[in-house]
Amino acid sequence: MIHKYRLGGYSICLDVHSGAVHVLDDAAYEILDCFDDNGPLPDELPERVTEKLSGRFDEGEIEETWEALLELQGHGLLYSPDDYEQFADMMTRAPIKSMCINISHDCNLRCEYCFAAKGDFGQGRCLMPLETAKKAIDFIIANSGTRRNLEVDFFGGEPLMNFDVVKQTVEYARSIEKQYNKNFRFTITTNGLLLDDDKIDYINREMNNAVLSLDGRKEVNDRMRVTPNGKGCYDVIVPKYQKLVAGRGDKDYYIRGTFTKYNLDFTNDILHFRELGFDQLSIEPVVSDPKLDYSIKDEDLPRVFEEYERLADTIIASRRRGDRYNFFHFMIDLNQGPCAIKRLRGCGCGNEYVAVTPQGDIYPCHQFVGMEQFRMGNLNDGTFDTEMKLDFAKANVYSKENCRDCWAKFYCSGGCNANNYQYEGDIRRSHKTSCALEKKRLECAIMIKAALAEDGDAKECDGDDCIEPCSILK
Amino acid sequence: MKATKHIKTLNNANLKESAVKGGCGECQASCQSACKTSCTVANQKCEK
Ligand code: SF4
Ligand code: SF4
Repeated sequence: MIHKYRLGGYSICLDVHSGAVHVLDDAAYEILDCFDDNGPLPDELPERVTEKLSGRFDEGEIEETWEALLELQGHGLLYSPDDYEQFADMMTRAPIKSMCINISHDCNLRCEYCFAAKGDFGQGRCLMPLETAKKAIDFIIANSGTRRNLEVDFFGGEPLMNFDVVKQTVEYARSIEKQYNKNFRFTITTNGLLLDDDKIDYINREMNNAVLSLDGRKEVNDRMRVTPNGKGCYDVIVPKYQKLVAGRGDKDYYIRGTFTKYNLDFTNDILHFRELGFDQLSIEPVVSDPKLDYSIKDEDLPRVFEEYERLADTIIASRRRGDRYNFFHFMIDLNQGPCAIKRLRGCGCGNEYVAVTPQGDIYPCHQFVGMEQFRMGNLNDGTFDTEMKLDFAKANVYSKENCRDCWAKFYCSGGCNANNYQYEGDIRRSHKTSCALEKKRLECAIMIKAALAEDGDAKECDGDDCIEPCSILK
Repeated sequence: MKATKHIKTLNNANLKESAVKGGCGECQASCQSACKTSCTVANQKCEK
């Protein structure tokens, strides 16, 4: 299967099952247009194709292009077959390697769009006791098999509201990781309000990743991200984030925002992040009930697509000026990405990843928290539903009807099971609006690579996302 | 893959090879959701 499209002046063809990305000229693009995306190309150039294209290209050129396409096909780089189902048994039950610890079901903001029912997940405001947090660490160690790298995300609610327990949990995990041959990697997700110098130092020392919530321009942020008495938080959090990021060193962080119907011009928010000095950026569409005013509805998609294109162009122009920053959702590694097995396995929720609540309840992931039918067990009574785990394990790309034949499957991994459940009623039925957005982002991401490759990439080469053939490596 | 006049291939397509060698599972989980920004699968690193 191939997926081909034109964007930003480039004609691009992704060969889905090999992962090859080709930039085509018009002749090659139009020849492929004469065939079904599932291929394969026949041995001989059909006359109907020559006839159709003869007004536009001379015969020699058509012939030459045809030969080049056949050569790619021969090398398994065009219409390469889907032979991944043989790996399906690697996509079943797996050790748990990631955990979201909802260390606080309380929050000091009341963001309009909060999926967590304004911080408490509809379960009443409370903080996780240290004992429960320790049990969470014990649980992931016990269920992680031989996996060495374990990720723990302190999440909420607002984790800084229970920061002493965060610190003691980290200390506890560090005190036992060696004896179990584990390596913990911690992330904290925060709204920034309670950051102070001590917390910033601690986070920069101990947390491998810090996810900092901010939606963009002041008026955009303050419309949605407000305190209980309705005040925007921009002025309080921005200087704190700047301080934190300045001391981050080589550790990861993300500024993460949400865009809604109210800021469909979100490229301006990305540019605003740049003005503030941030360079690891993420803005995602709000996923919400379409009845809500701020929600992104299907009729907004053309406008959102246009904005993604504008953002892609903006990023290319910045790179050409030597200004480097990452927009998370356009980051794609065409050479060294994760293996195909991982890509097909899906997000891993309920199988490799679970979330735990202050009450010790275990859910497939943070988005399922509070849905009683998805409660998998409890840390305090030692219960854990391995049948449900298996069911989630099987929710991979090949068991999702729409994903199996989707060109984006190796980059999307089958989408978000929680969104699927909330909006389509089944974890295996993909949420169409999310699919449309995901595909558009991918098209933009690949187009950016094509544009940078065309620049000759000599000055772009930094080893970590280099494009072959690269003039420096050659 | 070399560039021809008509087609320029951007990468060394290695998905199939990665399937044979892969599946060790040491990589990060890849939550796709808006509230997490953990890691979209396409930009993750392999830990091997
Ligand atoms: S969730 Fe949607 S975009 Fe993703 S692989 Fe499935 S069908 Fe494709
Ligand atoms: S179900 Fe959605 S929110 Fe949960 S881990 Fe998967 S992608 Fe993330």
